Amino acid sequence: MDIQPYLLLSAITFVIGVVGVLARRNAIIVFMSIELMLNSVNLSLVAFSAFLGDVTGQMLVFFVMTVAAAEAAVGLAIIIALFRNKQTVNIDDINILKW
Amino acid sequence: MIVIRLEDLLYSAPLLVLTSSGLLALIAEAAGRDKPVISYYTSLIGVITSLILTFLNLGAGVPVFNNMILQGGYAAYCNLIFLSSALLSIVLSRSYLERMQYHRGEFYVLIVFATAGMMLMAAALDLTIVFLGIELMSICLYVLAGFMRKKELANEAALKYFLLGAFATGFLLYGIALIYGTSGTTNLVVISRSFAQLSGNSLFLIGCGMLIVAFSFKIAAVPFHMWAPDVYEGAPTTVTAFMSTGAKAAAFATFVAVFVRVFDIPGTALSSVLALIAAASMIVGNVTAIAQNNVKRMLAYSSIAHTGYMLSGIAAGNAEGEQGILFYLVAYTFMNIGAFGIVSWVEQQEDRKLKFDDYAGFSARQPAVAVLMSVFMFSLAGIPPFAGFFGKYYVFLAAVKADMTWLAIIGVMTSLVSVYYYLRLVVLMYFCEGESDVAAKVPLAAISAVTLAAVLVILLGIYPSLLVDMTKGFFKI
Repeated sequence: MDIQPYLLLSAITFVIGVVGVLARRNAIIVFMSIELMLNSVNLSLVAFSAFLGDVTGQMLVFFVMTVAAAEAAVGLAIIIALFRNKQTVNIDDINILKW
Repeated sequence: MIVIRLEDLLYSAPLLVLTSSGLLALIAEAAGRDKPVISYYTSLIGVITSLILTFLNLGAGVPVFNNMILQGGYAAYCNLIFLSSALLSIVLSRSYLERMQYHRGEFYVLIVFATAGMMLMAAALDLTIVFLGIELMSICLYVLAGFMRKKELANEAALKYFLLGAFATGFLLYGIALIYGTSGTTNLVVISRSFAQLSGNSLFLIGCGMLIVAFSFKIAAVPFHMWAPDVYEGAPTTVTAFMSTGAKAAAFATFVAVFVRVFDIPGTALSSVLALIAAASMIVGNVTAIAQNNVKRMLAYSSIAHTGYMLSGIAAGNAEGEQGILFYLVAYTFMNIGAFGIVSWVEQQEDRKLKFDDYAGFSARQPAVAVLMSVFMFSLAGIPPFAGFFGKYYVFLAAVKADMTWLAIIGVMTSLVSVYYYLRLVVLMYFCEGESDVAAKVPLAAISAVTLAAVLVILLGIYPSLLVDMTKGFFKI
């Protein structure tokens, strides 16, 4: 099996996620970019797992998906709590504390 | 064939007891609302029982659950740090939350689960457990940071912590994936055996670099420290105490477990990268702390500086460095939690009384508390005979022995700078006149927690060998 195309795709998706986190200003879009990063890693893990003929990688993918779901629940709750107080989810408007 | 042996369960008793007490508190909370006291006592009992079981478990480290985690030895030592941090935070939180009108049972449950995550992190022998432990801890801390959900400041702190923390998780996972791909396993012991040949593989080194980035986020090292001052300022003060001690100690414990015990880093490029991060953290943390006017924010920058001191121990990578970090973590935990504990009493509703000027004339109003605060400030500044001095002494000594004298020099110079802002608070408390309003009444449980921390800071400063001898055999796998 040729593993390189999978790793390349995974690396590109990861970079798109990183750029999304750094460049976008809407908290929900930033959060989506983070999810993209996690899923690109899943792709790498599955590719390595198939390449090595070892199940550990696939097992780890299930853990990553579970944790990502938990993180989504907490993250969206935080964003909603913020929106109730400020009526905005734009990161540039969230600046009582200086970065 | 996978079997769970009885001894696996016995060795992991501290972890199991703690988790069960968290679950019990959660059920109690669901059954009887408006009774946060039940949850308070359940988690308190869980933490104390776990602490006692950990003491019984201090002997040699034993790998359990099919070499997934290590119990006893190194893990037990680190558990003592996390559990004492959790214990002090829980005790301090009750009166603080009652005053802020946010006393809810789930607060203690989250602290207990975060502590369980920390214990997994320190015990990890497999990168899967490293990931799960970090996430268990972080997700609880995201919620705790934004616990006062009607306050904009807390929302903002939680959002920043969450976004940057999740971002760091992405790097952690990518690092794990690359290490898994190049070494064919996630087990740290197996990786350590083939480290010599793997360290020539560039993909493997990129993976290690990504792990360094992720861990640097969690320990708040420069240049990945941007979240720390904001989150420490916006979060409830007792949560800040817990985050800056327990969570930081846990991230350091994993850092040491992965980079010192497994990867043989002295002399490699990784070690110079760590030395540079350490130097940058010491300089940026100490210099920025001078300019702060808010005590919580000053302590946040000071915690970045302390990260730098401890990192120089990892960068040195020798036995002295490892023992130095383990001693430093204990000393730092007690002095920092004590300082934040006092800040949490002085603080009043709506984030008032957090400025340096609010401490003017504090010794006249609360002489006993002022003495305790001075002990913590002197210890943080690294003045003998307090524990903070020996922590710094050990890590700088390790840096010198590893031919990194420049790092030790930067450390000593920046510690001198730090004396200015720590002692500024002491000078304000003793030599300035303040407005004479009555400070909040100090509850008994909280004052005993802070006094305990102060006693330990002094005791460890006089007899550092009590701990150092314990840490000697921890670095053999």
